[in-house]
Amino acid sequence: MNRNQAIGVAIAIALACALPFVLGNYTTFQLTMALCYAIALMGLNMLTGYNGQISLGHGAFFAIGAYTAAILMDKANWAYWATIPVAGLVCLVAGFLFGLPALRLEGLYLAVATLALGNAVPQILKHKGLEHWTGGSMGVVIIKPEAPEWTGLNQDQWLYYFTLLWVVLLFFAAWNILRGRVGRALVAIRDHPIAAQAMGINTAIYKSLTFGVSALYTGVAGALAAIAVQFASPDSFTIFLSLTLLIGMVVGGLASISGAFYGALFIQFTPNIADQISKAAPWAIYGVFLIGFMYLMPSGVAGLIRVVRHKVQVPLSRKETR
Amino acid sequence: MTLNRRKTLAIGAAAVAAPYLNTVYAQAKKEVKLGQTMPYSGPASAYGTIGKLHQAFFKKVNAEGGVNGAMVNLISLDDGYSPPKTVEQIRRLVEQDNVDALFQTLGTPSNSAIHKYVNAKKIPHLFVATGATKWNDAKNYPWTFGFNLSYQTEGEIYAKYILKNRPNAKIAILYQNDDYGKDVLAGVENVLKGDKAKMIVARATYEVTDPTVDSQILTLKASGADTFINITTPKFAAQAIRRVYDSGWKPPLNIVNNVGASVGSVLTPAGLDKSVDVITVQYYKDESDPTWKDDPAMLEWRAFMGKHYTEGNVLDASNVYAYITANLMLQTLKQCNGNYSKDNIKKAAESIKNWKHGLLLPGISVNTSATDHAPIDQAQLSKFDGKKWVLFGEVLGGGAG
Repeated sequence: MNRNQAIGVAIAIALACALPFVLGNYTTFQLTMALCYAIALMGLNMLTGYNGQISLGHGAFFAIGAYTAAILMDKANWAYWATIPVAGLVCLVAGFLFGLPALRLEGLYLAVATLALGNAVPQILKHKGLEHWTGGSMGVVIIKPEAPEWTGLNQDQWLYYFTLLWVVLLFFAAWNILRGRVGRALVAIRDHPIAAQAMGINTAIYKSLTFGVSALYTGVAGALAAIAVQFASPDSFTIFLSLTLLIGMVVGGLASISGAFYGALFIQFTPNIADQISKAAPWAIYGVFLIGFMYLMPSGVAGLIRVVRHKVQVPLSRKETR
Repeated sequence: MTLNRRKTLAIGAAAVAAPYLNTVYAQAKKEVKLGQTMPYSGPASAYGTIGKLHQAFFKKVNAEGGVNGAMVNLISLDDGYSPPKTVEQIRRLVEQDNVDALFQTLGTPSNSAIHKYVNAKKIPHLFVATGATKWNDAKNYPWTFGFNLSYQTEGEIYAKYILKNRPNAKIAILYQNDDYGKDVLAGVENVLKGDKAKMIVARATYEVTDPTVDSQILTLKASGADTFINITTPKFAAQAIRRVYDSGWKPPLNIVNNVGASVGSVLTPAGLDKSVDVITVQYYKDESDPTWKDDPAMLEWRAFMGKHYTEGNVLDASNVYAYITANLMLQTLKQCNGNYSKDNIKKAAESIKNWKHGLLLPGISVNTSATDHAPIDQAQLSKFDGKKWVLFGEVLGGGAG
């Protein structure tokens, strides 16, 4: 991270911290949801953007994370904050295990296999044998955590900061993973698997670990989202969620960490804006937005910002060298 | 590029600002603000017509001067039948739009997701568009009110009818794998317990997101059952009725639950000839039944549809249903006598006494009290004769006599 980037990140965090005091509880809640999506998108981007494995089933890990948190809180009376790492670990294991057989699948074949995963999980959650824990189609109602008294915050503000903390933590973790040796290995596997292997990269272990870590991110996001919504039910995690995550990642920008935030804002707020423009065909409007975005910024919001920054920075640096 | 972006921003800003401008304008007058979420998109979007009719209805009420001089502002939002989206939209209605009450939010999972929240916030959560039995729990959830005939009561009515008329029946049941399906099933099982439980020889479930129920029907047929209870929502009810007929099963007693009993949206697509002798319970009039051709309430409803909600389908039973609930809401608002505080709206919703609406079947009246938050608890059996539902037997009360 160079100096400019560090300053940028610091400003972004400061701004994010100020927001709940300016905005109402409802908007704070929406932003909390956007932060949850941002974490999931970071995870998905690691897998698809950096490692080139397409997943249409990340909604499943979102669901597993959400249910892990919900069940631990509901059945075992765990504190909400303690459930997050567990949700992450459960998804890490689940993702790694799914990643192993998925190794043999490339590109679209993997996409279809993960699609099956995304489709199956909501039904598995309704299964009779699991009903005792998952509540079947009734879902699990979660009690919303209170803010500690010394903070003087209300529930929504507290939950926002709690989520933001995880975002910052996972953001730096992702930064460190992806900007270093491991990140280069992932990109090498994406761009030229044979060359990567020839250079001594263990593609198999890298690929399934990426799947695991990516699932960990998404699971943490799911757990945080479930706590914010106070409810987890199979209907919350339909295949549409997986597609939404994919859309968010592409709109935000593939292979970019900051893209997760733009994508999250897009998937959180665009449906609402579309709904306000037309009640009759909100998804048509959504489609128009989506096509517009893809047309105007084919490499996502992050890609556009990168291009703009280059246009501004390159002439400046040229002047300096002269 | 700059111009484009500026334009885009302007359009975006206008889009975001539009609803607020509207609110500011509306607040200049005296108004009562209602909110609801509806599945305008997603797997249950067929029910979206209910919300559309409500909006047309209150537009008409406002045009005629409102309720006791107050305008009714109904804000209807799409939740796509997804619980997290419902939570988000309901929070918007409560915290940003400051609605005085919620009206007919649709769907069992959606309402489950907001059940605690609205009760903690003390927002009247009126006449939810689902028949789950849990909405009538005035002790633990004093702000929530059901509307539909409770699913359990409906199930009990069917089971009692079977016990009385076909004591040796072998019953196969198809139900939606959620609260709604299990609730009707629970009603059936409440009656058929002990050694009677053996009468149920096969059960099959399906998911709302499934494309068809074909394979379930074949499984049920293979059980050798002679009685079929079809606990499904419209799309699947139509598929099931058609499949049961086409597969050559044709059980002598074929019951379809009220949710999937619309002639227009279920029996017609299933094939009217394939629906002969199907039995259901009803509590409101059927739009296609010639008995009600010149019925004043039906004429009033048709006039409303023709004038205020022209894009609505007059063959869709949901539109009759929505008209009744809109009228019940209107009645509740009238009983507020101009005081639209949340407490008073709740009190008014608890004091509906012997309210009758022309579209409800004769003999059925709506009653609520501080302990009874289930407005409808009566229904009548009816059989389809190939053209229309023919009512038979008496109006059966709660607990199904």
